[in-house]
Amino acid sequence: MEALIEPQAAAECSNPAVVVLGSTSPIARAVALELARAGCDIVLGARDEEENTRIACDIAVRTGVQTWTLAFDAEDFQSHPALLGRCIELAGKLDGMVAAFGYMDEQAKGQAEFAVARRTIDINYTACVSLCELFAAHFEKQPAARAPFKKPFIAVISSVAGDRGRQSNYIYGSTKSALSAYLQGLRNRLFHTGVDVCTVKPGFVDTRMTFARDLKAAAEPGAVGKSIVRAICKGRDVVYVPWPWRYIMLIIRHIPELVFKRLRM
Amino acid sequence: MEPRVQKKVSGWGRFPVVDATVYRPEKRREVPAILASGHDETYLARGCGRSYGDAPVNGGGGLIDMSRLNRMVAFDEETGILECEAGVTLSEILETFVPRGYFPPVLPGTKFVTVGGAIGNDIHGKNHHKDGTFSMFVESFDLLTASGDVMTCSKQINSDVFWATAGGIGMTGVIVSARLRLRRIQTAYVQVDFVRAKNLESALATIAESDEHYTYSVGWVDCLAKGGSLGRAILMRANHAPVEALPPGTTHPLRAPVKRQKNVPFDFPQFVLNPLSILLFNNLYYGIHRETRGKVMDFDSYFCPLDGILNWNRMYGRRGFGQYQVTIPLDRPDGLVALLERISRSSCASFLAVLKKMGGSNSGVLSYPSEGYTFTMDIPMRPDLIALLHALDKHVLDCGGRLYCAKDSTTLPETFAAMYPRLDELRAVKARLDPNNRFSSTMARRLRIA
Repeated sequence: MEALIEPQAAAECSNPAVVVLGSTSPIARAVALELARAGCDIVLGARDEEENTRIACDIAVRTGVQTWTLAFDAEDFQSHPALLGRCIELAGKLDGMVAAFGYMDEQAKGQAEFAVARRTIDINYTACVSLCELFAAHFEKQPAARAPFKKPFIAVISSVAGDRGRQSNYIYGSTKSALSAYLQGLRNRLFHTGVDVCTVKPGFVDTRMTFARDLKAAAEPGAVGKSIVRAICKGRDVVYVPWPWRYIMLIIRHIPELVFKRLRM
Repeated sequence: MEPRVQKKVSGWGRFPVVDATVYRPEKRREVPAILASGHDETYLARGCGRSYGDAPVNGGGGLIDMSRLNRMVAFDEETGILECEAGVTLSEILETFVPRGYFPPVLPGTKFVTVGGAIGNDIHGKNHHKDGTFSMFVESFDLLTASGDVMTCSKQINSDVFWATAGGIGMTGVIVSARLRLRRIQTAYVQVDFVRAKNLESALATIAESDEHYTYSVGWVDCLAKGGSLGRAILMRANHAPVEALPPGTTHPLRAPVKRQKNVPFDFPQFVLNPLSILLFNNLYYGIHRETRGKVMDFDSYFCPLDGILNWNRMYGRRGFGQYQVTIPLDRPDGLVALLERISRSSCASFLAVLKKMGGSNSGVLSYPSEGYTFTMDIPMRPDLIALLHALDKHVLDCGGRLYCAKDSTTLPETFAAMYPRLDELRAVKARLDPNNRFSSTMARRLRIA
């Protein structure tokens, strides 16, 4: 006699599913691909639907997992609650969310035009708070995740720029600093209900932001994606990618303000 | 505005080095935006930059690095047709599709080349005598032209543009995506027969006699050997291995063992590769290879042995090197002997010299392969070698042969035009698609292609 599979059991044997928001950035694409290689189905949310579809196809062709695309605009706060519902509709049970959207304009522009500074704050901080709270409330209610994850997770791309304010980049940096502090608090709260929160702090990664500066030391997005997914699977709290940035920032954080304010960084 | 950076760039041989404005689009629509920006007078699309000479650079102009446009868009398991963007590398195709039982239809000596570059140079591999060039397996490609329009080209639609672009070193526009047919395989291994040939004559006889039994055939040649040993060679000919051929207990026939990548971390001093060290290497290499039949090797070790060593071009030091690859028609083996004699007399011999019998040519206007023997060698770059190369060019031309754009950095425009009599056909297509010469390269200007 054939055993009927209970709907819940069916969900247990299907692939884990992760939502990646801001999926058209090179780091997000690399994280999504790495998650797919680990066997996850992926919901990809981005503003640029044409590019997002290409990336979704690419991940599906390369790994054979299921991918879905979703129109997502970080600045459209009103749309966020419906977004979570849509993700569940597409993928069924969710195991994690990666927030990889961000915005950086020239520092001088932010100083001169408040609209630019405000946009940086809205995308990097306000939108993250809005989305993380929604996903946190959702994950709290179903605190179990499928392998390779130990617990449901929220992973957010912050930045080493948030570790210390510098004259060349402090508007962007301060939004990431606020974000990192927010994630500390969220992690503290969700620890008690079994949800992981991972703060990712990339240093120089070879993306559009760094390309024009021709930095030899910029890390490959692919390698960064691998490190991030490894950290998520291990349930790490704060991860610097590539890892030497942990120690670079340790030194930079410990320079006395009396000295630091005199530097041109 | 698209981010750009002013940089010194070169091909794989690191000669010549030129200044260019480099762009690296992350999104497809950035490519037409770069062309429309008008920041540079001319533009050239570049893949991995694995062509040796000045084909992959555009000194004083714009260079569009296509490496980030590497999305695989669709794959049909039935037909084996992969649709992907131009920046996808053959290495990525191998990684993705070998475990599923598919193989790139043509694989050159390195897997670190893009699909766009493979079409632009109409590359060939060890199976040219059986299967022809890369473009034979391209169902169609999308070409972004100077007008900003995307033109789909295949052997049926816009076929004149297809054949001007296959081997056309980027002069017709930017290849943005392509559909190519992969080959089915049973295992990630090949079965190789090694034959030692004591001289060129015996090598050519063996090739003529039995190349047809092998999908892949290539020979390493000792170009320092003289006299009766002139052109002594190790022939390495192979077929894809069926499952039965693998050693018992192979659990994953489609998974090749993962090998550790080695790296050349700095430029070697010039003296490391000298006639003596190369002589020693050649004797050792010839000496250690025994006649072997049916040796099972993973695909990487057979097809791309040098890919295991990252940045191997640094072995030639800071001055860089060139590669000399020419084809001599089948009816002029004497021309091949004379070529080898000249090379072995000169002091420019290299440890990498390769001989292969090529199949017939295709309809590509500047497609390099034609029926004959193709001979390839590395040459460390020295100013006094240019005269020697020009003399060799003349010899090749007299034999009715030609040289390969992807390797060249020194040929004279007259020689080139005589080797490629259909050059005007490319110029005609270019005049129609790109009347203002927006697509150009250091090579195209040197060879007066455009």
